[in-house]
Amino acid sequence: MAKFDLNDDSVVVIIGSGAGGGTLGTELALKGVKVVILEAGPRYEIEDFINDEWASFTQLSWKDMRTTSGSWRIHKDFPNLPAWIVKAVGGTTVHWAGASLRIQEHEFQARTHYGEVGGANLLDWPITLKELEPYYEKAESKMGVTRTNGIPGLPGNNNFKILEAGAKKLGYQEVHTGRMAINSQPRDGRGSCQQIGFCFQGCKSGAKWSTLYAEIPKGEATGKLEVRPDAQAIKIEHDAAGKVTGVVYANSKGDLQRQKARIVCVAGNSIESPRLLLNSASNLFPNGLANSSGQVGRNYMRHTTGAVFAVFEQPVHMYRGTTMAGIVRDESGYKPGRGFAGGYELETISVGLAFMAAFLNPGGWGRGITSALDSYQNMAGLWIVGEDMPQETNRITLDSTVKDKFGMPVASVHFDDHANDIAMRNHAYGRATAIYEAAGATRVFPQTPYPSTHNLGTNRMSEKPRDGVVNKYGQTHDIKNLFVSDGSQFTTGAGENPTLTIVALAIRQADYIAKEMAKNTI
Amino acid sequence: MGRHEDQTGPAERIDRRRFLAGTAAASAAMFVSGTALIHPGEAWGLEAKSLKPETIKTLVKVARDIYPHDRLTDKYYAIAVKGYDQKAAKDPAVKALIEDGIALVDSLAKAQHGVLYADIGWEGPRVAILQEIESGAFFQKVQSGLIVDLYNQKEIWPLFGYEGESASKGGYINRGFNDLAWL
Repeated sequence: MAKFDLNDDSVVVIIGSGAGGGTLGTELALKGVKVVILEAGPRYEIEDFINDEWASFTQLSWKDMRTTSGSWRIHKDFPNLPAWIVKAVGGTTVHWAGASLRIQEHEFQARTHYGEVGGANLLDWPITLKELEPYYEKAESKMGVTRTNGIPGLPGNNNFKILEAGAKKLGYQEVHTGRMAINSQPRDGRGSCQQIGFCFQGCKSGAKWSTLYAEIPKGEATGKLEVRPDAQAIKIEHDAAGKVTGVVYANSKGDLQRQKARIVCVAGNSIESPRLLLNSASNLFPNGLANSSGQVGRNYMRHTTGAVFAVFEQPVHMYRGTTMAGIVRDESGYKPGRGFAGGYELETISVGLAFMAAFLNPGGWGRGITSALDSYQNMAGLWIVGEDMPQETNRITLDSTVKDKFGMPVASVHFDDHANDIAMRNHAYGRATAIYEAAGATRVFPQTPYPSTHNLGTNRMSEKPRDGVVNKYGQTHDIKNLFVSDGSQFTTGAGENPTLTIVALAIRQADYIAKEMAKNTI
Repeated sequence: MGRHEDQTGPAERIDRRRFLAGTAAASAAMFVSGTALIHPGEAWGLEAKSLKPETIKTLVKVARDIYPHDRLTDKYYAIAVKGYDQKAAKDPAVKALIEDGIALVDSLAKAQHGVLYADIGWEGPRVAILQEIESGAFFQKVQSGLIVDLYNQKEIWPLFGYEGESASKGGYINRGFNDLAWL
C-alpha cells in the first residue's frame, strides 16, 4: 500500500471516500495517478458491521455537531442531525440501500422543461444524458447493477410482494425489484445477497456495492492510492496565484497536518463540502474558495421524501430481505397535470422496531403510536424519493457561534420546503395510500422525511461561472486545480437516488483529470 | 397495575374515589419498601440510589402511559427508566428534573383526583395529566429517552414480531424473506 510524504506536491488529494471520492481515487490510481484520500472517519471492515440499528448508527453515522433552521420538521425533531450519513471509509456507500437509477433526459434540463418556477433557482445541467450515458454504462458495470449488463433482478421479498400487488391493482406498469447495486448472483469477487435485511447498517455479506470493499482495495493494490482514515480536513490552502497547494487536516490524535497537493478534490457530501470551502476563506478569496458566484452552500436539496407504512390483517415481516429491492416507477416522469414539476419514485423501505419507534411520528406518543407499533410484524412500507426544487435560501452556512473541537465553525443547514415539494409529497402520500389500500391495508399512515441521506446541490454545476460553482467536469470555475466530486455538484436533484450519478460523474471526472494532468494544464 | 383496569370495569359503578385510592395494597403491583421498589407480581425489585423510590414507581407508570403496550409487563418500563436513577446520582440537574417532574404530575393528580398519579386507576385521566405537561422539559426528556431505552430492549422485540440480528443466521434467504402467501 502506498504511503506518500506530506510534502509530496505531486499527489491528488481527495477529501472523502464515499461514492464520489472513493470512486474517483480508485479510478485515478488505476490510471497511475498518485492519490491521497483524507477520510474524516475511521476504517471499519465488513466484519465490524453490526445488525443493530442504534449500535450501528452510533458506529457509522456522522454525529459531529451541526445546527439547523427553517420550517422543515427536521429542525424541530432532530435539530442537530440534519443528515443521516456515514463518517467512515466508504462514506455513505456503507449505509446506502443500493438503488441505482439514471437521471432522466428531461431532468438534466429541468429549467427548460419545467419553465420558471417561482422561488426556485432552477437551471439546466451543463451536461446531457447523452454525454453521461457512456459513464452510466461504466458505473452500472462497475457496481453490478441488476437489470443492466444481463444481471438478473433480485428476488422480491414480502415487502415487495405487497407493493407489487397493490400497484398492479391500480394499473401501474413499471413495478419490479429495482435496479440495485446488490449482487443477485456472485460477481466481481463478491457473493450474492443473503436477504439479511440490514442494508442501512453496512452489508455483512458484501453483496451490496460500497467503495469500502468494492473500489478502494483495487486502488490500493496499484500502490498509487493511500487512504488516511481519521483525517478531518480543516482548510484548503492556496498560493498567491490562486491555485490550491494542499490541505490542512487533523489526524487521529488531533494534530494538524499539511498534505501538499497538485490537485484537490472535495467529496465530503453536500454539507461538509461547502463548509470546507467556506472555512477556507482567505484574503484572496474572502467569501470562501470557488465562491465568486456566491453559490457555494446554496441550493441545498434533499429530495422530496417521506415514507408510508401500512398495516395488514396478516404478517408481512417487511424487515426480512433487501431493504429497497422494490420500486414503482410510473410516477417518475414529468406530468404537469398532477400539479407539480418533476416526478417521484416509490421504493420499498423497512426499518426495525427501534427505528420505527423513533421515526413513526417523532415527538409523538400515546396509543396512536403504540397501536401501530403493536402491529409491526403486519406492516409494509415504502419510501418516496422525488425531485425537490433548488432554492437559493436553502443553504449551508457557517454557524457564527458553534465551533467544532478544532475551532472551526460548524455547518448550519437551513431548509424550507418549496410549495412544489409539498404538492409532490402529498400526491405521493395519496398514491402510496391507494396502493396499500388496494392490497388490503386496514390502516395506512405517513411518515415525515427522515434526516437527509440524499444531500445535493450545494456546489452546483453550471455552464456559466456566475450561476454555479463547478463546470461540467466538477472543476471549480474559479480555481483550475480544485474540483468537487460528490453530490453537491448536482445542478438539480432529479427524482432518482443519486449514487449512480455521483459514481458516473466521478468516473468521468477521473478521465478528465488524468487527461488534463497529462497535458499539464492542471 | 393494569390488571385492575382489566378486571374492574366502569359498569360495576364502584365508588370512584375509593377505587382510586384504595386498591394498591391488595394487588400484585409495585410497592415501595424502604429504598426498594418491589414488583411481587413480576418478581423483580430495584434499589433506588438517588431518586426517591416512589419517584421511580411513578416514573414507571408515566412511561407506560406515554408508550402503552398492553403486552409489555412493567419490568420493561422499569428497565427503560432506571437509568435516570444513576444519572441523577451524578447530575443534580437530572435529579431535579425528574423529582420536580414527578412532583408536578402528583400535584396535578392530587388536585384533580385527590390521589397520587400512580394511584389513579384509569389510563384516561392519567393521560390527560400528561397532555397538560407534554411540552415541558420533564415530559420531553422522558418521552425521547423511552424511544431508545424502551424500544431498544432486544427482549421485547419478539413480542412485536421483530427478529433482530440476522447475518449470523445466514440472513433470511432460507428463512422466510418471501414466505408471504396470503395475498
